[in-house]
Amino acid sequence: MTAKALMAGVAFAALGTAASAQTVGFSQIGSESGWRAAETTVTQQEAEARGIDLRFSDAQQRQENQIAAIRSFVAQGVDAIFVAPVVATGWDSVLEEAAEAEIPVILLDRMVDSDPSLYLTAVGSDLVHEGEVAGQWLVDEVGGEECRVVELQGTTGSSPAIDRATGFRNAIEGADNIEIVRSQTGDFTRSGGKEVMESFLQAEGGGADICALYAHNDDMALGAIQAINEAGLNPGEDILIVSIDAVPDIFLAMSEGDANATVELTPNMAGPAFDALEAYMADGTMPEKFIQTDSQLYTPEDDPMGEYERRKDLGY
Amino acid sequence: MSAGIRRILPQLLTLLAVVALITAFFPSFLSVEMVDGRLVGSAIDVLKRGAPVALLAVGMTLVIATGGIDLSVGAVMAICGAAGAWAISNDYPLVAALLIALAAGLACGLWNGVLVALVGIQPIVATLILMVAGRGIAQMITEGRILTFSHDGFAFFGSGTIFGVPTPVILWLAVGILFTLLVRRTALGLLIESVGINRRASALSGVNATVLLVFVYMASGICAAVAGIVATADIRGADANNAGLWLELDAILAVVIGGTSLLGGRFSIIASLIGAMIIQAIDTGILLAGFPSEYNLVIKAGLVVIILVLQSPRLSPRISAALSRRRKEPAPAGSATEARE
Repeated sequence: MTAKALMAGVAFAALGTAASAQTVGFSQIGSESGWRAAETTVTQQEAEARGIDLRFSDAQQRQENQIAAIRSFVAQGVDAIFVAPVVATGWDSVLEEAAEAEIPVILLDRMVDSDPSLYLTAVGSDLVHEGEVAGQWLVDEVGGEECRVVELQGTTGSSPAIDRATGFRNAIEGADNIEIVRSQTGDFTRSGGKEVMESFLQAEGGGADICALYAHNDDMALGAIQAINEAGLNPGEDILIVSIDAVPDIFLAMSEGDANATVELTPNMAGPAFDALEAYMADGTMPEKFIQTDSQLYTPEDDPMGEYERRKDLGY
Repeated sequence: MSAGIRRILPQLLTLLAVVALITAFFPSFLSVEMVDGRLVGSAIDVLKRGAPVALLAVGMTLVIATGGIDLSVGAVMAICGAAGAWAISNDYPLVAALLIALAAGLACGLWNGVLVALVGIQPIVATLILMVAGRGIAQMITEGRILTFSHDGFAFFGSGTIFGVPTPVILWLAVGILFTLLVRRTALGLLIESVGINRRASALSGVNATVLLVFVYMASGICAAVAGIVATADIRGADANNAGLWLELDAILAVVIGGTSLLGGRFSIIASLIGAMIIQAIDTGILLAGFPSEYNLVIKAGLVVIILVLQSPRLSPRISAALSRRRKEPAPAGSATEARE
């Protein structure tokens, strides 16, 4: 009896404060990559800036931990739940529990196979679009000049590798002056990027025949930059470098003139999620089912040292 | 001396065949130029890129000669690279950073050796522990990020040159020669072989098998440490997730291509080093040939199968017999037709 009264009181209080989110539960996958760690840091910063109490739970790559975390958020009666789902399937029942408790759920970064009515919205990036932004930059940069491009692909068969390759090809489709002459996997690693770039340089006349490098992530580009330097060429000038992710180290390379462009895979998935949640709480505005984050292009004109300083402590 | 040559002849011929195959696809494979005082060329890349596997293969040969195996070397590379990078980025002097990395390798080797020789765990299980846990240890050192540094002295071990020759090449040659002299100019090699053939019998005849076993795992650890220094210095950063990933398998393959039996006994470090170069030549050749990356592993596997089949103890005598027969028989017939024409 008293418990019910208390809950009613809480509900009243919540309505009384113009219905904005006070506590949000966030079930994160884990910290398997630097980007993931940065996403966690940024989410905590965004919550703090909005005065929201963020309850954080690290699932350590396990779905059962995430399901347990969501159940405990429901039991705690949080105002909303953010989930970065580790796998796509098996979420129906726990999402229904959250829906019954009328707690909106927002997916971050990855999608689930459940019915879209079970979550408020999903915030994520479009990997194909990232490739298109990178390709478009190259098309604009070279103008009409002939350009032979070498491509460092991600791990063979992974979705970022496939989508970023597709996007780049979409962007250069109309430009007959740009041609991808060599394409190999560097496994998303620095050492892979360096080794494969060395072979590209050997195969293409010591690098004289290469006009640009497109790397599916910044780490491979950083490895390739070293290979180009060691071959006696000037990365960023003799060979244009464009890559994806916008990790801190690529901005260091950019400030030294070694890299020309990077497309950001933003770790700030929480910002748009909090905005959508705020609008929904305020007057019930239903957001789109998929909110695409910006794939912003950064070049040396965008204050690379400043960008490096902003990112270096995010946990990349 | 001629017996020594005969021992490594199959490996040398295989290496020549692989190089000939690559040259057919990519004619300028063997051309080497001097650029800015350093040798540049695909063949040099093979020698340089093959350094980590070659270094691991030296230690792995000794371990395999005792009938053991060391699955942890890839993870030990990551640990030692991370330890060295941590030291250098915390402003330790270069010598101290190198010593810390080498000491980490020795400690890992000691751990493996104690588990195998004193506790009596099977080598594949004992070293599996560090293979799995080692990357976690490396990640703890780097705090989960790629720990980068800008120290030219440390980077020299990955991308520097001595008289135009890349430092990693000098390093693996030096380590290979050092260990060959150590085991062949003393009785050490013979003792390792005897322990590998029959540990109990060796122990009964007065060989301190326990100390020898610990020694070979520590040798493998220190080789992995040097490989870790090379890999870390090469990219000027310690990548705990990827440094040395799966290289333990390449190192075992190099030893096997080098003709050392996984059952232990007779071994040849030089043959293992040639085996490492064969593997790297295949890797680099595939990259140069420009096939789509989906084919990389299939082509590599196909070539390795061919090499191993040609070297198999059942087939290789028959193949060489068949070859010599063909060489003897059609030769007169050929000369006869030539004479008639």
